[in-house]
Amino acid sequence: MDLNTITYIVVGATFLLYIGIAVWARAGTTGEFYVAGKGVHPVANGMATAADWMSAASFISMAGLIAFNGYGASVFLMGWTGGYVLLALLLAPYLRKFGKFTVPEFIGERFYSQTARLVAVICLILASVTYVIGQMKGIGVAFSRFLETSYEQGLFIGMGIVFVYAVLGGMKGITYTQIAQYVVLIFAYTIPAVFISMNLTGNPIPQLGLIGEMTTGPHAGMDMMARLDQVVTDLGFAQYSEQVMGSKLNMFVYTLSLMIGTAGLPHVIIRFFTVPKVKDARSSAGWALVFIAILYTTAPAVGSMARLNLMNTIQTGPVGEMTANIEYAKVPDWFRKWEATGLLKYEDKNGDGRIQYYNEKNADMAKKAESYGWKGNEMVKVDNDIMVLANPEIAGLPNWVIAIVVAGGLAAALSTAAGLLLAIASAVSHDVIKGMINPDISEKSELLASRLSMIGAIALAGYFGLHPPGFAAGTVAIAFGLAASSIFPVLMMGIFNKKVNRAGAIWGMISGIGITMLYVFQHKGIFFIPGTAFLGDMKPDWFFGISPNAFGAVGAVVNFVVAIAVSKVTAEPPEHIQHLVEDIRVPKGAGAATDH
Amino acid sequence: MDSKAAQYWKANLRLLISLLVIWFVVSYGFGIMFADALNAIRIGGVGLGFWFAQQGSIYVFIVLIFFYAARMNALDREFDVHED
Repeated sequence: MDLNTITYIVVGATFLLYIGIAVWARAGTTGEFYVAGKGVHPVANGMATAADWMSAASFISMAGLIAFNGYGASVFLMGWTGGYVLLALLLAPYLRKFGKFTVPEFIGERFYSQTARLVAVICLILASVTYVIGQMKGIGVAFSRFLETSYEQGLFIGMGIVFVYAVLGGMKGITYTQIAQYVVLIFAYTIPAVFISMNLTGNPIPQLGLIGEMTTGPHAGMDMMARLDQVVTDLGFAQYSEQVMGSKLNMFVYTLSLMIGTAGLPHVIIRFFTVPKVKDARSSAGWALVFIAILYTTAPAVGSMARLNLMNTIQTGPVGEMTANIEYAKVPDWFRKWEATGLLKYEDKNGDGRIQYYNEKNADMAKKAESYGWKGNEMVKVDNDIMVLANPEIAGLPNWVIAIVVAGGLAAALSTAAGLLLAIASAVSHDVIKGMINPDISEKSELLASRLSMIGAIALAGYFGLHPPGFAAGTVAIAFGLAASSIFPVLMMGIFNKKVNRAGAIWGMISGIGITMLYVFQHKGIFFIPGTAFLGDMKPDWFFGISPNAFGAVGAVVNFVVAIAVSKVTAEPPEHIQHLVEDIRVPKGAGAATDH
Repeated sequence: MDSKAAQYWKANLRLLISLLVIWFVVSYGFGIMFADALNAIRIGGVGLGFWFAQQGSIYVFIVLIFFYAARMNALDREFDVHED
């Protein structure tokens, strides 16, 4: 069977599975729609959270980021996992004890203010919408690249699938499809990783292959990492195991921003409202991290080994020997296939019919290259995403593995999109419609309103997927910055500091998110419109060398400081609010489900 | 807050803070600030600082969460604030 047919069968089978689950797990009440009736087992919730969390970016792009940034990419590995420690220790159990349906609902009650609730809804929608655009693009790209549809057709198919299970099942349907999607995506990620690790190091466990020795080729017996360092530095690239991202300070702040942002993203937080008990919320965060770690500890092996394979494919022997550069006529099939998609691009600058891939920006290397008769780096484009997408072919795996990787990428994008859409829809129907516009709305009407909000959210996401706004490229980074600087600090203070009051929370959120957006806009352009950046997008202009993507942690500090200062000079929260805080600090008395 | 609840909360905060210190040390300490120095120690084919940044910190995070969950279950019972 050819690759296309197998891919259609595998992807089609996974889609049927998701729809089957949707029909089985229909939501009949608002409690089921918003929080799956608070009856999800902590291990099952952990698995669903892992799929919710790991997006198209984690699945497809992260290994590539690691491959080309080496040690510097540790910020993503630590940043996107360490947030779960904050979530488990500082937020999840208390918010579960509070026992309501949405994040803005907690902020509104704890700070006894509809304004605070509205500001939280706006922060939530800004963060979630920017995040969901990336997922919709991922779905469209995956379809168009592998299933020979157009980008638009792919996007509509993806929207249709999400529509079926998110509108029918709400959180309940999403939870059980996310579990299925986790299984698909983790198989898709680890199978090629096991084979690539076996090929290079003889060790089937990628995490051990990463620290293992080469077993094949002329360098057998040498440490894999040492070999990779040697290969890349010989061609003028930064040493893989030591290259930093910006500076150590930037890495520190960037990691902190991603951790705080992770703990503050509403679509992740609401997953912990679905477990039966407070103690389940604690352990469920641990299970979520176990399932996430399976992919996240595999990714460094995939990144480093795929980079080594790529370099070895092009530079087959000692640098400078003419015959050591592969002839373009002899490149493997996968090279040409990915060239056709535009993810790889080769230009024969010196007209020798061979490929020279090196770092032309390195002055020493450029001098050497000249003496070899090289006229510049000829791999003019090597896209990050190639490292995961081409992996099965580079490792020589059969077609069905490639088909599973496609299904895995789609599962990652769909599961994250659905979680985000639910966070948006519940904020609209529960916080805005029931909370602010029509508090007397009946259970049945609210359920209808939540379904209509979901349809609206899907349509909005689809619209942005078809017409990505100019700032789409930077969206995910912005989502983390927004969540880190607005939602996380207010939630944490709401639990750990009884004295923080209404004015403190509102001004804290506004100043935290405000300074983060200002910093991003002044370096990247207002809403990323080119030419409107009033300070250059250059390192010397950065505040202590902190890149705009890493600024969320600074915004969070501003939020904390402003909120506490404002609370000190304004009236204390009323007695009953202080009692509310005392109450959420102890597990006792958390009902299995809260009536609304 | 009566004194028993206050004691429970204090015990929780003590536990939280000590676990967050470990959380900070393995990631920001071993993985970033002292990574270069730790790289002198090898774990298999990679430096220890690199290993903590890309592997070890994640394993420690998992242990921290489960340890916290188990300790808190015990504290909940000790102070009689557990559910049902």
